[in-house]
Amino acid sequence: MFSSFAEMSARERLAAVVDPGSFHEWLPPSERVTSPHLAQLGVPAAFDDGVAIGRATVGGRAVFIAAQEGGFMGGGVGEVHGAKLTGLLRRALRDWPDAVVILAESGGVRLHEANAGLIAVSEVMRALLDVRAAGIATVMLIGGANGCFGGMGIVARCADTVVMSDIARHAMSGPEVIESAHGAGEFDSRDRALVWRTTGGKHRWLCGDCDVLVDDDALAFRGAAIAALDAHRPMTLEELQRESALLQARADADGDNADAFELWSRLGVPESREVPELDADALRTRRPAAVAALAQGAA
Amino acid sequence: MDWQAVAARLFGSDHAVVADGDFLCGTAVFDGAPLAVVGTTHHAAVGVDLALRQARAVLATVDAHPGRPLLLLVDTQGQALRRRDELLGIHRAMAHLGCCLDLARRRGHAVVGLVYDQALSGGFITSGLMADACHALPQAEIRVMRVPAMARVTKLPEELLESLSRTNPVFAPGVANYVAMGGVRSLWEDDLAAGLRAALADRDTSDARAQEGARRGGRRAAADVVRRVLEAS
Amino acid sequence: MESLNFAFDGGRPLASFAPTLVGVVASGNLEVLVEPSADTGCRITVDTSARGFAPVWEAVLRDFHERHGVAGLAVAIHDMGATPAVVSLRLDQAIAAIAGDA
Repeated sequence: MFSSFAEMSARERLAAVVDPGSFHEWLPPSERVTSPHLAQLGVPAAFDDGVAIGRATVGGRAVFIAAQEGGFMGGGVGEVHGAKLTGLLRRALRDWPDAVVILAESGGVRLHEANAGLIAVSEVMRALLDVRAAGIATVMLIGGANGCFGGMGIVARCADTVVMSDIARHAMSGPEVIESAHGAGEFDSRDRALVWRTTGGKHRWLCGDCDVLVDDDALAFRGAAIAALDAHRPMTLEELQRESALLQARADADGDNADAFELWSRLGVPESREVPELDADALRTRRPAAVAALAQGAA
Repeated sequence: MDWQAVAARLFGSDHAVVADGDFLCGTAVFDGAPLAVVGTTHHAAVGVDLALRQARAVLATVDAHPGRPLLLLVDTQGQALRRRDELLGIHRAMAHLGCCLDLARRRGHAVVGLVYDQALSGGFITSGLMADACHALPQAEIRVMRVPAMARVTKLPEELLESLSRTNPVFAPGVANYVAMGGVRSLWEDDLAAGLRAALADRDTSDARAQEGARRGGRRAAADVVRRVLEAS
Repeated sequence: MESLNFAFDGGRPLASFAPTLVGVVASGNLEVLVEPSADTGCRITVDTSARGFAPVWEAVLRDFHERHGVAGLAVAIHDMGATPAVVSLRLDQAIAAIAGDA
């Protein structure tokens, strides 16, 4: 039965992805591990500082899992939130689950915690890369309405597998920030179709920056997570050289065009104007093989 | 201090570092051994092209000169705010750069970061913050975002954020704060070469920034939360 | 932000239950953490982003206590400007969640 992943809370999504009843939470809300920085700004804390972490099974296999709540502070990473993620990743290095799965919905660094948030994001990134280097699969599920942006956008793309729905976005700066800086002519933040074909799941999938594209359905995300448990790829020098060449070739193919329809055509996507109307299944046949090479996980 | 002055103080005339636009690259000789320099200048806005250029320079060092130390010279206003860079996946290019620096460290290259002017946001996350340790000149500034943009996004009043930027370590952009929080290992004051020498000698590659932040008192919660997660039943 | 405390006497104690969380601290929403308490009656703490609504909270929470009549309950709320209807809904959801676990 279909249930919208985007409309669920972080905890509901987590419950839908893991095997029923298998989630054991660490630092649960009752322990009140909250932000020390929000009260001075008149903002109420969250009992879990906006992220639930713990261990679970997915398809019968042991994973460590985290879910960011996009509703709280836009999912921004603060000192405690970041430390929960870093702790989870460091514990993975000790306890060796089959994978670390992160349900990412975040605007990036929590601006209300500024410097502490910035350093926290970096600690998460380093810990994630340690987990990846140790040979443990890392999976990002991006399916919230807020998307995955900023420092968390960078962190998410350090994982082996990024799974997105067409509703989701994965980028650095939101369209409003770009419009503020350089005007609506640069990026009209109210043009939703433009925003989604620039940073949304279908675009990232077609260009190879997203490894798996699913519908906005909790069961689809669960299935993709299970498949990604075996999609670990080590970051070797050769792998990074290959990625470097492919990313540069893609930038060269675009030139100064900067329009998604044109870029898709240049990359070899047939009938690019039809893309916004197609669902994940229909798009599956349209991704050029050369682009698929940029993606890292299971197709 | 501009990058030329930094290079002169570190290497004298013993370097071939050049600027090509905002991109810094070249080999220097330090204490008799070659060292690779990669970085940015002119408060560079880091877009896809500049991120990929830096990454290529890092990969070239790892490929051609195993074990050669890398010095990252950081002066950036953060990620470029352009639709084209978002279209082409600046988040991916930055992750790629971060992974290249991570690879260099894992292959035994000492990677030292120096913020010599300013560092913001994503530009800092995938440069100085990916080094073994990041250092800074005393006058440098590190920020997440400038106050006016922060006010727009958070809906907090600009005056409040300005005031906090002066008085509150979590908001103040001075690098001394980052030292207190564990984000920056040390400030290089007069003898820059001594700073680099000490940085190259410190080969502890574990991420001890949270413990540093707790020890120095600037960031007290993080290390304890990490410990609690490790110990949770 | 305003912090408020309320205590209501009376009610039937519930069978023991695990701490339970409902809701999210998002704009127009709130999170409610309910835990067993050794005290009789019901204690409720509220941290709210909206100042000056103590009488409204008192009315909503008293109504909740009378509706469910639960004793031995500690309720902690983080509120981001939810309407009384949403507050009542979350409180009802919290009680339902406890009962569901019983």
